[in-house]
Order: sequence, then C-alpha cells, then structure tokens
Amino acid sequence: MESLNLSRKGFLRTSVGSLAALLLAGAGKARAHASGDPGPKKRPGQHRWGMVIDLDKCTGCGACVVACSAENNQMLGSAQEAAMGRVIRWLKILPSQEGEYPEPKQRLLPMPCQHCEHPPCTKVCPVYATFKNEEGIVGQVYARCIGCRYCVQACPYTCKFFNWETPVWPEEMQGSFNPDVSIRPKGVVEKCLFCHHRLQRAKEEAAAEGRPLRDGDYQPACADVCPAKAIVFGDLNDRDGDAARLSRDSRAFHLLEELGTEPKVTYLKESA
Amino acid sequence: MRPRPWTFYVQLAGFAGFCSFAVAVNCWFVWRAVELHRLGDAWLPALALGSLIGPIFLIFSWIISRLFFKIALRKTESGRIPVPLKISPMEEVLVAPVLDPPTGGFLATMAALACVSLWALCAWCYQLYRGLTVTGLANPVFWGFYITNFVFFIGISHAGTLISAILRIVQAEWRRSITRSAEVITVLVLVFGAGNIILDLGRPERALNVFFSGRLQSPLLWDVCSITTYLTGSTLYLYLPLIPDIALLRDRAQGWRKALYELLSLGWSGSHEEREVLEQCIAIMAILVIPIAISVHTVVSYVFSMTIQPMWHSTIFGPYFVVGAIFSGIAALIIAMAILRKGYHLENYLRPIHFENLGKLLLAMSCLWLYFTFCEYLTTWYGGEPSEMAVFFSKFSGRYASGFWLMAVTCFVIPFGVLVSPLGKTVRGTVIASATVCVGMWLERLLIVVPTLARPRLSYGTGSYAPSWVEISLFAGCISTFIMLYALFTRMFPIVSIWEVREGKEQGAQGVWERIRGCFPS
Repeated sequence: MESLNLSRKGFLRTSVGSLAALLLAGAGKARAHASGDPGPKKRPGQHRWGMVIDLDKCTGCGACVVACSAENNQMLGSAQEAAMGRVIRWLKILPSQEGEYPEPKQRLLPMPCQHCEHPPCTKVCPVYATFKNEEGIVGQVYARCIGCRYCVQACPYTCKFFNWETPVWPEEMQGSFNPDVSIRPKGVVEKCLFCHHRLQRAKEEAAAEGRPLRDGDYQPACADVCPAKAIVFGDLNDRDGDAARLSRDSRAFHLLEELGTEPKVTYLKESA
Repeated sequence: MRPRPWTFYVQLAGFAGFCSFAVAVNCWFVWRAVELHRLGDAWLPALALGSLIGPIFLIFSWIISRLFFKIALRKTESGRIPVPLKISPMEEVLVAPVLDPPTGGFLATMAALACVSLWALCAWCYQLYRGLTVTGLANPVFWGFYITNFVFFIGISHAGTLISAILRIVQAEWRRSITRSAEVITVLVLVFGAGNIILDLGRPERALNVFFSGRLQSPLLWDVCSITTYLTGSTLYLYLPLIPDIALLRDRAQGWRKALYELLSLGWSGSHEEREVLEQCIAIMAILVIPIAISVHTVVSYVFSMTIQPMWHSTIFGPYFVVGAIFSGIAALIIAMAILRKGYHLENYLRPIHFENLGKLLLAMSCLWLYFTFCEYLTTWYGGEPSEMAVFFSKFSGRYASGFWLMAVTCFVIPFGVLVSPLGKTVRGTVIASATVCVGMWLERLLIVVPTLARPRLSYGTGSYAPSWVEISLFAGCISTFIMLYALFTRMFPIVSIWEVREGKEQGAQGVWERIRGCFPS
C-alpha cells in the first residue's frame, strides 16, 4: 500500500508538472499571438510599413480622400447615404474643435486605418477574415467575412466600414475602375489596406529587376497625391528612411496612445 | 431474434446519431486546435474550450445511451405488452389540450400570429435581397435591434432550465407543476436568440464559416460553442421528464399521434427500474445545465466586455448579464403561466402559491439587478474617464435618458412596489410586475448596445439610431413565431408534468415525515 501510495504521488507530481509546463508554454505562445496575427517571425530585411502625417503641413484640402476613394473603387455615395452616415471613405478627415468663441480653433486630422501593432479588430474576428500580415498591414478577406461587424465595434478608431448594400456607380464611371482593386460585395467589412495592390506591383517590379524592395518604391495613393507633402510613407524598419526618422520626431504622437494599440500611423503635432 | 417494430430503428438511429454528433464536437475542437497551431495562432483557447465542452457532450451521449439501453432496449418478461398507463379524472384537464380538438379562439389567435410571422418572413426576404441597408443601422451604430434581441432572447431562455434545475436540486416541491412550461421557453426562445445573430449578419449564407474557419479566440465563437451546448442540454433536459407523460398519452392517442408518442416514449412502462434510470439521468442533467446556463449569458456579455469600448469594457458584465437573464426569465415564465392557466383552465395546477413564490424570486432578482446596475454606473461615474462619461451622460441625461429612466422604473420601481404590496401575492400582481420587467430588461439590453456605439472615442461621428420597419417587423415576427411554437407544444405534450405532480402528491406525506425525522431533534 505504502509503495503504491508513493508511486501514485510521484505519478501525480510528474503529470501535474508536465501539465503545468504545457500550459505555461501554451500561455506564452497565446500571449505572443494574443492579437490573432499569424506568427510574425522577424526575418532580416523584413518590412514594417508605416505612415507619418505632418499636421503642420496638412492644409485639409481633401486630395488624399479623393485619391483614396478613386484608387480603391470606393462607393460614390448619395446625399441620403451621407446623411445616414453610410458613405465609405477609408481615409477621412477628422475635424475637432478646440477652444470656444471668440477664439475657436478648428483642427483637421486625416485619418486612415491606423494599422495597429496590436489591432483590437483582428483579435475578435470569428473567422480569420481580418488579420495582421507579417509586414504589419492589417488586411481584410472580403470573400470570407461573414459581416458580423464585430471588428468594426472593436476598433477604437472606427476605421472599418460596412457595405450596407451592393455599391452602384453611375454609367459614366463604369470605365474608370481601378482594375487592381476588387469591388466589395454587399454585407462585408472593408478597410484601408495601405494600397496593398501597389505594394504587390512594387514587389513584382523589384523582383523583375532582380533587386530588393527599397523604401520609397511604393507609396499609397494618399501619400502620392498630397500637394503639401504632409503624408510620408515608408518602411519603419529602415531606420534611416524618412518615415522612420519622422516617426521618432519630438512632435510625434499617436491617436489614443493610452489604449496600447501601437498604431503605425504617426502624427506630427501642429506647432501652436 | 424477434422482429423489432419500426420505432426501434428510428430510436437506434437517434441514439447513434447523437453519439456521433458528440464525437464530432470533440473532433472539431481538436481540429481547430491543430489548425490554429498550424497558422501560428494561439491554440490554447481551442484546447481549453474543447476540454470543457467536449466532456459535457460525452456526458450527454452517455445519458442518451442510458435511455436507449435501459429503457428502449429493456427486456420485458416474455415480450408481454405492459399494462396501459392510466390517467385519473382529475388529470384529464392536463391532457385535454393535447387530445381535444382546438377551440375557435385558439385557431383565431394562431391565424393572427401566423399573419405577423408571414409578414416578418417577407421583411426578412426583403432584407436578404437588399442587404442591411433596409435597417436603421449606420456608421457608427453598427449593431442595434438584432443584437439587442439576441441578448434579450438568450436572457429569457434562462427562465426555464436554470430555474427548473435549481428548484429541482433544492427539492422545492412547488416546482413540480411549473418546470415543464419553463423548460419549453428555454428551448424555443434559444433558437430565436441564435437566429437573431443570423438576421444581423451581412452575409448570412457564410454563417457556417464559424465552423470551417473558426477562430476560438473570438468571443463570438465562445457564444457559438456555449449556445450549442446549452441548446442540446436544455432540449435533453426538457425531453427526459417528458418521457413518462408521453407514455401516458401513447396509451390514449389515436392515429399519427400514437405513432409519434410510441417513438418518443421509448417503450416506457413505468416500472421501478425505468424510473430509477430516468431520475438518475434527470439529476445529472439538472446539475449539468446550471453551469452551462450561467456560461451562456456570461459569454454573451463577453462579446461586449472583451472589447475596449467605453462602458462595455467592464468586469461586472458577466454576472450582471446573468442576473438580468434570470430576472427577465422569471418574468417571462410568470406571463406564460398566467396565459396557460387562463387558456387551459389549469387553476387547479398553477395555483396562486406558484405565482407568489415566483414573485418572491422576481423580487429578489429585482433587488439584485438594482445592486448590479448601481455598482456599474457608480464605478463609471466616479472614475470619470471622458469617453466613458460621454456614454454615461447620454444615458443619464442625454439622448437616451427617457429610455434609461423608463428602464429604472420598469425594472425596479414598479416590480418592487407591486411585489412588496399585498398585490404581490396575487396572480394579477405578479403578472403586472413581470410585464414591466420584460419591457425594462429589453430596454436595458438596447441601452447597453446602442449608446456606446453612438459615442465612439474619436469625435468625428456621433451617430444616432432608430430602427426601421424591417427590424421592428422581424422583432414582432420572432415573438409571434415563438408564441405559435409554444402553443403548438402545448397541443402536442402536456404542459404540466403529470407524473411529477402525481409523484409529489404521493410522496408528500412521506417527505414531511422524513423531514421531521431528519432535520429536528428527536
């Protein structure tokens, strides 16, 4: 009986120990990937795309908004839809007012998806329709999305959009779609992808020329058109690149920094 | 081997089908864990959920196999047909709704409800065709009526199983005539709760993606898992105590009903061994469904509280939702019982004491609800975080203030006032309290979902929300279809458990004697 007891104790100890080790290993892994992104195994030369928006330079002209919607085949939107708040603009201008009359100050903030390092939206997706890829871009799989809009709720920036109905364009616009960007059907969620199709093209071009992709090979439409050059886009892993350098500027801040989402869109504070 | 009746083969198929379903559930969790690991994602949630829910399904199939082997497959001596079970004259009133043809009033009510349901079906088809544009939802209020109804219906579903299981375990003798009507609410309303999620999906035809590519880190998948478990468990828990009553009907019914009852009664003969098996199974299920029911509403609340949105991200949400669920569940049960009592002349079975006791439970839950609401709002207000305060004040004194104060009145002031007064001992008083509670709890769900969404952290868009006719029609359709199915159930099976009431009466005196011997000094 004695020996049986001892061996049982020993067995218990071993099994509990190994179970705990297994759980710890699992928990460690779970913590590492709590955001639901497929394991970002960092390779040398890995890109991490990011954007810096200089609010001092931004004039609030709205060219980025127009370029973004034309580039990505976004819905045109009727007056009625606009009144209901159903128009989809992946990049929008966020107005905010500071101070009261007689000295009110209107601030304008161009706002694309913040492409968080720890996106709250990808965490909650039930079907892997939204994810963060290894280059840090938060993507959306339109063909798999079930339209539950949970990711939209979870996003503290409200930067995700839902197709309330099948988008329609006037006859004249039928010929002017961007063939590189798919048109989203009704009932799915969509979002800014940092003009991912341009990245694909840049990668193909670089591969055809037999050289690595360089910072500056690829610019999203908004950065491309900004007349004031307020939007700077680039590889944040390239420490000497413009985007990385500016994102370390003393004026740099992130939206809702306190939430710990670590956005890859950095703003440069307006001076006075 | 003597030839078996056709019912045996259907029962065999049901048994085998359920067991393979339980195995499939376990395999699914393993598959998802492996798949998540392959994708480099966290596999622990899949493993954790699987190791909780998998065994529960195995226990379910163990119970089904007990029923099959010990009751349906039982050897009768020399294959004698058992003596037909008798229904006493007093119990005729309980089987009358099942065996008598429906009255004109009943048919008229059903026709009216069917019109509402048909209208809702048309509205749904319209929504499928046009997309969610036909709702009142917009940016940033992306969730509205459907999610509110989802939470509300799942809450109502706590009426049955949870209340009946708790009363069964604590051996509250007065439960005997009310458990069945409660359990039916659970099973039926749960279907509508889950159905509202389908209504809310932008692409309902892709709903099965949650099984094919489910991410078990998502609170929505936790919902899928626990609601599936709850639906299976509560259906089983409804069916078990139904078997002896089906056997009673089997010996009375004619035609297609007789065949159906023969199939479902599993050849029940009322012998001592059969009773022992059944009561053991019921006891196991009563214990098992309590944690399942609590988990269901907890994970429903997690859908909100796991996000970092203002006034959703709260640790109190789990128990707060469970309390609200039991609260609205008791209210729905009291209303259903009052209608049954009136419609089927069950005054002898659903007595004022039942309403009074349930009213006391309702009163306790009302106080508990106030306590939780107070905790939730005081913590938010004292903390004073700006984005939380924007939502707080929109409820307290802003756009949603009328709804908020109406909720406070209907969830606490009226029910408390009515239930502590002498009116609380009457059927009418408890029904009034219950009706206001149902309204109030629905408002509470709406006021959890919408104001948070209408006040996002960043100021660019504060939205408003008003439901469209489609959403209202579908809500009405859910309720009318639920009532129709409930009424249909009362026409198929006795809504008061005949054998349990009979047993309670027979064993009552002995129980008192045992209590005197057991609990008091001799």
